Amino acid sequence: MSLYSANSSAELNIEITEGIESALPVSVVPFAMQGAAGVPVDVSFVVNSDLGRSGYFKMLDRQNMPGKPSTAEAINFKDWQAINQNYMVIGQVTESGGQYNVQFQLFDVYKGTQLLGYRMNSSAEDLRRTAHHISDLIFEKLTGKKGVFSGRISYITTSKQGKQSTHRLQVADADGFNAQTIASSIEPLMSPAWSPDGRKLAYVSFEKKNAAIYIQTLATGERQRVAEFRGINGAPSWSPDGSKLAVTLSKDGSPDIYVLNLATRSLVKLTKSFAIDTEPTWSPDGGSIVFTSDRGGKPQLYIVPSQGGEEKRLTFTGSYNARASFSPDGKNIAMVHSSGGDYRIAIMDMATRSINVLTSGPSDESPSFAPNGSLILYASKKGGTGYLSAVSIDGKMQQKLVFDSSEVREPAWAP
Amino acid sequence: MKFNKTIVVLAISAMMLTACSDDKDESLTDGSQNSASGLNDASTSGLNGGAGVNGSALGGGYGSNGAGGLGPEFSDPNNPLSKQTIYFMLDSSQVQEDFVPVIAAHAQYLGAHPAQHVVLEGHGDERGSREYNIALGEQRAKSVANLLKSQGASDAQLEIVSYGEEKPAAAGHDESAFQLNRRVEVVYQGQ
Repeated sequence: MSLYSANSSAELNIEITEGIESALPVSVVPFAMQGAAGVPVDVSFVVNSDLGRSGYFKMLDRQNMPGKPSTAEAINFKDWQAINQNYMVIGQVTESGGQYNVQFQLFDVYKGTQLLGYRMNSSAEDLRRTAHHISDLIFEKLTGKKGVFSGRISYITTSKQGKQSTHRLQVADADGFNAQTIASSIEPLMSPAWSPDGRKLAYVSFEKKNAAIYIQTLATGERQRVAEFRGINGAPSWSPDGSKLAVTLSKDGSPDIYVLNLATRSLVKLTKSFAIDTEPTWSPDGGSIVFTSDRGGKPQLYIVPSQGGEEKRLTFTGSYNARASFSPDGKNIAMVHSSGGDYRIAIMDMATRSINVLTSGPSDESPSFAPNGSLILYASKKGGTGYLSAVSIDGKMQQKLVFDSSEVREPAWAP
Repeated sequence: MKFNKTIVVLAISAMMLTACSDDKDESLTDGSQNSASGLNDASTSGLNGGAGVNGSALGGGYGSNGAGGLGPEFSDPNNPLSKQTIYFMLDSSQVQEDFVPVIAAHAQYLGAHPAQHVVLEGHGDERGSREYNIALGEQRAKSVANLLKSQGASDAQLEIVSYGEEKPAAAGHDESAFQLNRRVEVVYQGQ
């Protein structure tokens, strides 16, 4: 694999740029390690990072802990009450014959009671995944919301060497670890979209100079070219049942929205305006498709039944509303919004049609909801670096994932 | 209370992680890349060979045909043919007055050289959404194509491709860079 030069290794920084006022104090005590072979992953460190990154919790530094208990009997709750901890997590990782047993317990410090306790087996390779799973369990217990720490994201990076750019479509864990390149090209790659079952990615590649849409199966790397018409082949969006792709094609003139049946390869033209129609996104119930059109002079969002029918304008606030993305429950859409000047991520309530601007710009794009609907991942640019950010749907929490050595964009959270 | 705090600083290496995966685990592993000199190079992970999607075989693109290069008029700064980039206003695909004589000169040249082909590459600046910018870049290229066709070029001589904001000419993130990036490049085959 001489493919990569040293600069393709990504240095990832995750910062909480804005947290909630009511962040709960939580201690994750370093887990006790037992066994001859050692433990390749600091499980409690990963859990601590996950919970801290969520913005919901204020994590206690290890050096400020009054002790390092690994069993319930060893905890002196008064010590932890004295330093204002609400919750604490303890655990043990035991190695035996190359296999790992991980156990953890979550306690309410004031009541001195156990809220959660699990024991799970893991291979060495799966220890990070196990840690993310623990984070999900703790997060759900303490917030009532499903955790997204064990999920995956995809995104596109560009690195430059002299005049040549290399574009990579990558898939990584939600914390940026285990990044793997699934396609690379010296011509642009764009618009990755996860299939509803999380097994495939549709994306646009310019590797043949003209744009074409591909579907790639992650497990095998096999891919199919599903659209290669004259002109634009772009903006793939999966139907919720995975049987169709909504796409943008300009083969007949102006860009229009089409629905491509993946089994029969039949194509149905959904919009017929002379303006730009692009960026289709399927509603989670499968009934409608929201898209961007400049038929009114400026880009705004419109909605059309996915079987075809009347096209209605959705957005009237601001001079630019584009690249819609549905929340998993279909109640909200995220979009790129501008009222002149900066481009920001906004969220619209589909019932009331009111728009709430969540980010500060100046150049935010490509919003994608986390599977639990509580966070929106998006791409930002500031000072010449492209990075990924996440914002809670109420705008109160923000986090930033910075990749130092290459530009990163178009994040998509796996379902 | 707002708090600014670096929670964790971690280094990862995609190279090491992928290099470590063994052959049995095809999941998300890397394919190898063809020689970097290919015009249309692309590779995918675990792609079954021969599917016709490894792009380096597609060398018949534009820009490698060195024979019969363009005449001296293209390098004479006083000749409008030396201008091969048409710039546009924000969110507009309307050709500005300044560039009408430039396009006319190219149309005339193409009319007189019917074997010559050009690719009109449409581009946009980085603001706004990426796929919308692809559409905008195509509209810009079509505006130029229509003017070329109305003044002597034939449809068969013209090909349009839009790269949107994916191939900026200027790397900056301010209006001076944005101006240079909202453009159509008239790329002659053999250039």
